[in-house]
Amino acid sequence: MARIVAGIGTSHVPAIGAAIDHGKTADPYWRPLFEGVAPAREWLAAIAPDIAIVIYNDHASRFALDVTPTFALGMAETFAPHDEGYGPRAVPVCEGNPEFAWHLAESLILKDGFDLAMVSEMTVDHGLTVPLSLLFGQPTRWPCQVIPLCVNVIQYPQPTAQRCHQLGQALRRAIDSYAPDAKVAVFGTGGMSHQLQGERAGLINPDYDRMWLDRMETDPGSLAVIGHAELLREAGSEGLEIIMWLIMRGALDEAVRRVHRFYHVPASNTAYGLLALENA
Amino acid sequence: MSANRTRDYDDIPGTYVFDGARCREGYALNMFCKSLDVASNRDAFRSDPDGYPRRFGLTPAQYEAIAARDWLGMLRLGGNIYYTFKLAIFDGLSMQHVGAAMSAEALDVEGFRAMMAAGGRPIVGNRSIVEQRHG
Repeated sequence: MARIVAGIGTSHVPAIGAAIDHGKTADPYWRPLFEGVAPAREWLAAIAPDIAIVIYNDHASRFALDVTPTFALGMAETFAPHDEGYGPRAVPVCEGNPEFAWHLAESLILKDGFDLAMVSEMTVDHGLTVPLSLLFGQPTRWPCQVIPLCVNVIQYPQPTAQRCHQLGQALRRAIDSYAPDAKVAVFGTGGMSHQLQGERAGLINPDYDRMWLDRMETDPGSLAVIGHAELLREAGSEGLEIIMWLIMRGALDEAVRRVHRFYHVPASNTAYGLLALENA
Repeated sequence: MSANRTRDYDDIPGTYVFDGARCREGYALNMFCKSLDVASNRDAFRSDPDGYPRRFGLTPAQYEAIAARDWLGMLRLGGNIYYTFKLAIFDGLSMQHVGAAMSAEALDVEGFRAMMAAGGRPIVGNRSIVEQRHG
């Protein structure tokens, strides 16, 4: 039977990917961040998941304004890195698992009423590849299969935090009902306070970020009721990405054990957060 | 604007929430920016910087904002930062360059980087237009 072995929340800052790609992880600016992530990498390497479900947002890459799916599941055999304007990142193509993806789609849609878009041709951008690089380094092949679960957090109206939490709970039922043996890691990516745009660019709210990190462990239901206006106001316009962590958290047991937690400012224009959890 | 545009986020200062009104207004501008994630389009834009954007049905104001690299002006004309950043990438600029250019106070990229290194723009005084006005 498939079972969840890890839940990871991490920001997915493009500059982190650039630091990895250009060999700058030991530079004074980046070293604290990569050292802070290291314990989670070591833990994940020891667990050796077979499949990672990566919840992320596309940044005007695979999807443009012509179609904006609220939730989109990657059904393909492979997912190549997208050219975001610099040429594609030199990272491995993700190997998918269509059989598992179709099982997830049937369970989420037919049993739980989530109307996911199913995407059979899908490039993936830094939202997905930076977390993989952070947690798996620079292998010639990613050490596990990858299922992309893309969430619209860039065009209003985004799904509610509550809906994301519920999707995670439904995802858990879908994983639990998959017969083949598989160790599944769930990554919730993006988020922590940041504002890329406008006159308020550069906003960081560490107290609010720490509150989220605390309650992600102990009381995610209290985060799920937070509305978009509060997130935009307190965490910045792009800090709303944090609702994707609730999908990961909803897939875990109510009681979790914290393996590792790390918070750092700044990573380019953002606060960086990492939370590694397992079922208690 | 219609009454339908009164939003609970309208009092957040310096923030351009990409809602339906902005999506509709900025569609051509954002789709021009989006096109720059195809290498052949980047080549076409590089070889014809004045003509290439005209393929997208931009308004004159949007066309001017693009030509002037007026990052804040693009947001005010319906631009979405995830899209307009593709134009910044085309120019070889970082998000910190763009953040500095959009900031309320005059900041160059070094000033912006220093603000981030010192913990970023504080939330206190920046939650709402009223709070900003009264500190």
